[in-house]
Amino acid sequence: MTAFWLLAPIMVVAALGLVFARKAVHAALCLAVVMISLAVLYAVQGAPFLFAVQIIVYTGAIMMLFLFVLMLVGVDSSDALKETIAGQRLAATVIGLLFGVTVVLAVGQTVSGAVVGLKAANGNGNPYGLSELLFGKYVLAFEFTSALLITAALGAMVLAHKERLTPRHSQADIAARRMREYAESGRHPGPQATPGVFARHNAVDTPALLPDGTPLESSISSSLVARGQVRDGFDDDIDKVVEQLGDEQPADESFGGEK
Amino acid sequence: MFDLQWLLIAIPLASGLGLLVWGKEGDRYGHLIGTAASALSFAFGLVLFVALLGKDAEHRSQSTELFTWIDAGSFHVDAGFTFDQLSGLFVLLITGVGTLIHVYSIGYMAHDERRRRFFAFLNIFVAAMLTLVLASDYLVLFLGWEGVGLASYLLIGFWQHKPSAAAAAKKAFVVNRVGDLGMALGIMLMFAEFGTSSIDAVNGAITSASGSVATALGLLLLLGACGKSAQVPLQSWLLDAMEGPTPVSALIHAATMVTAGVYLVVRSNGIFDASEAARTAVIVVGLVTLLAGAWIGCAKDDIKKALAGSTMSQIGYMMLAAGLGPAGYAFAIFHLITHGFFKANMFLGAGSVMHGMNDDVEMRHYGGLRTFMPITFATFGLGYLAIIGVPPFAGFWSKDKIIETAFGENFWVGMGALLGAGVTAFYMTRLMIMTFLSEKRWREDVHPHESPRVMTWPLIALAALSAVGGILLLGDWISEWLEPVTGHAEHHELAVPAIVLTLIITAVVAVGVAAAVFFYNREPIAAESPADSSVSFFTRAGRHELYGNELNDAVVVRPTRHLTRFLVWFDGKGVDGFVTGVADRLGDTSQFLRKPQTGYVRSYALTMFGGVAVLVLALLAVTLA
Amino acid sequence: MNEYITLSLILFTIGAVGVLVRRNAIVVFMCIELMLNATNLAFVSFSRQHGNLDGQVAAFFVMVVAAAEVVVGLSIIVSIYRTRRSASVDEASLLKS
Repeated sequence: MTAFWLLAPIMVVAALGLVFARKAVHAALCLAVVMISLAVLYAVQGAPFLFAVQIIVYTGAIMMLFLFVLMLVGVDSSDALKETIAGQRLAATVIGLLFGVTVVLAVGQTVSGAVVGLKAANGNGNPYGLSELLFGKYVLAFEFTSALLITAALGAMVLAHKERLTPRHSQADIAARRMREYAESGRHPGPQATPGVFARHNAVDTPALLPDGTPLESSISSSLVARGQVRDGFDDDIDKVVEQLGDEQPADESFGGEK
Repeated sequence: MFDLQWLLIAIPLASGLGLLVWGKEGDRYGHLIGTAASALSFAFGLVLFVALLGKDAEHRSQSTELFTWIDAGSFHVDAGFTFDQLSGLFVLLITGVGTLIHVYSIGYMAHDERRRRFFAFLNIFVAAMLTLVLASDYLVLFLGWEGVGLASYLLIGFWQHKPSAAAAAKKAFVVNRVGDLGMALGIMLMFAEFGTSSIDAVNGAITSASGSVATALGLLLLLGACGKSAQVPLQSWLLDAMEGPTPVSALIHAATMVTAGVYLVVRSNGIFDASEAARTAVIVVGLVTLLAGAWIGCAKDDIKKALAGSTMSQIGYMMLAAGLGPAGYAFAIFHLITHGFFKANMFLGAGSVMHGMNDDVEMRHYGGLRTFMPITFATFGLGYLAIIGVPPFAGFWSKDKIIETAFGENFWVGMGALLGAGVTAFYMTRLMIMTFLSEKRWREDVHPHESPRVMTWPLIALAALSAVGGILLLGDWISEWLEPVTGHAEHHELAVPAIVLTLIITAVVAVGVAAAVFFYNREPIAAESPADSSVSFFTRAGRHELYGNELNDAVVVRPTRHLTRFLVWFDGKGVDGFVTGVADRLGDTSQFLRKPQTGYVRSYALTMFGGVAVLVLALLAVTLA
Repeated sequence: MNEYITLSLILFTIGAVGVLVRRNAIVVFMCIELMLNATNLAFVSFSRQHGNLDGQVAAFFVMVVAAAEVVVGLSIIVSIYRTRRSASVDEASLLKS
């Protein structure tokens, strides 16, 4: 029981964290905590095989899959905090509480009687007992799950596959397109400005400066912008630079920008 | 040869339609072709009539069946024509007077750039009118009936650039529709009762039908006749119809079309013979119109409107005669023919006067024209003598016979007709004095002159006919001629000898003439019409056409307008309101139901979760209970 | 015994509320996983309660099905993201794109 009372609060807090975390990565970590704790509870309850499967399949495979997709989709696709559907949060909370209380009450009413325990069932070892059921009583369902897995794999491949509908762009095409865009919309055909120019240290999180001293947002990776890891206090840095320059010669008004 | 009688109609119809579609090149010859078509039709009609004269009395009704018009089950209509004694006379009148008026119009419309179209309309009118009188089936008759209505509408509104002419045309059309409704209902009733609308069959079968059917048919046909012949209560359109060119007034609104009602009553003599009530209604309508028309004729200062009032009055005479039954039918037709002569003559004379007076119609602006328009004066004078019934001119014979027959029927009816004769003498004398005698009251820059010969020759011809038209009565020829059609009449013995009555009538006419001379020759005639407030009630009422228009307005137009407004309101608020209201409520409900359908998968999930919660709650409740 | 079931129900409810509240499709998916795991806990607990391994077999099947579901679900999310450049479930609120 110690393990339960130790883990149960952690699991509830982690589950709440899953719901409340602003960033998807944090939510994934919270879920991992819940899953590992669950694995421990499985072990405590006489299910060592499921303990292993939970760790390997869930925490190992499925969670990694989640994190892969998270990285693929982009960490910047975090939730906007503003709720778009009016009353959704309130209603969800109220119904959730109502459901939780009633279902706990209802199940509490039904679950009764002494705990039998798995001593007898696990007589030949837990994996042995499970395999006897899987390959005996539930062999048909087991075979169906294998068919399901294969179908799911095929489905995932089909969904992830992108049919090429247009001819592949060659480098010449891309160059021609850029020049056309430049002619039409004035978009610069050359490479984007690199970050870190005028930085006091060589860093990708410092935007390049335009001639008038304003920072160029597009010179920084959008992932850094989404994560909020762009260096702040940039204006202070400029001030410092201007100050240093001011010692040697009078500051030119136009050089320091419009401050 | 009588099988070709459809040619009578086909010639002017083809000419009319051809002239309509012919382009500008037709302008040079259009009037000649139109006149030639009418004359050709007249010539053929004359040939047919002479051929009819040569036949025995039993074979004088020559029918021909052109084709089966409608054949649907028991509903069978043949497009057939009958050339008999009655329609023969009509054919001659229509095409004869019509041809003269065509000739006259060549001169009268010479300066109108749409003359070709005018002649096309005239030809179409002649064709439609011939269809009307030749038809051997009420439905074919109705075709001609509507055709003349259309031609009348087109010709009244011929000068459509004048709003008053366009309005008058519309008014004539609408008022005629009321009468046509009666006609249509009558024909439907014939189908319902007898299963046919053939004129012979209906008039033959009417004797075996119940009296109420005969009365209903008679009244419905009378309604139709009232509309076409401008009889009270559907008289209001005729005076406005004078907006049309004068030859139109002469041909359509005096000589031929307006007599179609009389023709209808005479042609349907079987029906009217079978119903005493319908005949009485015809007499009442005729008598009332006779007096009302005479009254209006006394008060109008517009020469054409005065003549129009006179036309109403004279048609009232015909109606009265037609209502008198077999004794009167022949005289109704007789008066119709003589009236066709002298009224066409006078209308054309009035047109000639207007032609010389810069199209002024105000009699108070005339005066002393006898020396400037001698031919017009002479021919008009002959027409005048004819209409007031001076012996031995045409009107004397026909009117005298009608009054005589009226006295034979009923003393008071006879008195009414006699009074009408006196009033007729009064207003026609007034017209003569104001126009041709008395001193000059011309406007400036008016130079009266005699009309060209192409206009005076028809006048002379018609004047001659007005003078000698009474010849038809010689030896009671017309009565005997029409007897196979109208039926034999027993002769009523009058209380006084016929010659005494004739003398009385002539005396009354003389009194009317004397009264007019007394009133209008005594002092100079004012060059302007006296204001309404300064004239007697009788004049005022006559000027306002006995308040017929006001009556129509109050009884029909305004209630209808209010009803329409109410219906529009009801349609908008009631019917539409209900329909759109239902739609709006549905829309509102849908808008309300749409709210939960946000498309957001999370709100659907919330609903699902709520449902599960409720389910668990119910489960718990069941468990606890 | 009841405490395991209660924990399982609490986790399930939190997962359900998470599904309703979160808008990032991946997080929503994780909440669903949480709900599945909660039921697994209940299965294992019932297995001990009744003294046979059928509950554990059921939990095992749930895991297998969850694995298949995650594979398909995530690939759907990826393909949606590819066309819309967004992983928000609210973006996909119309029948047309």
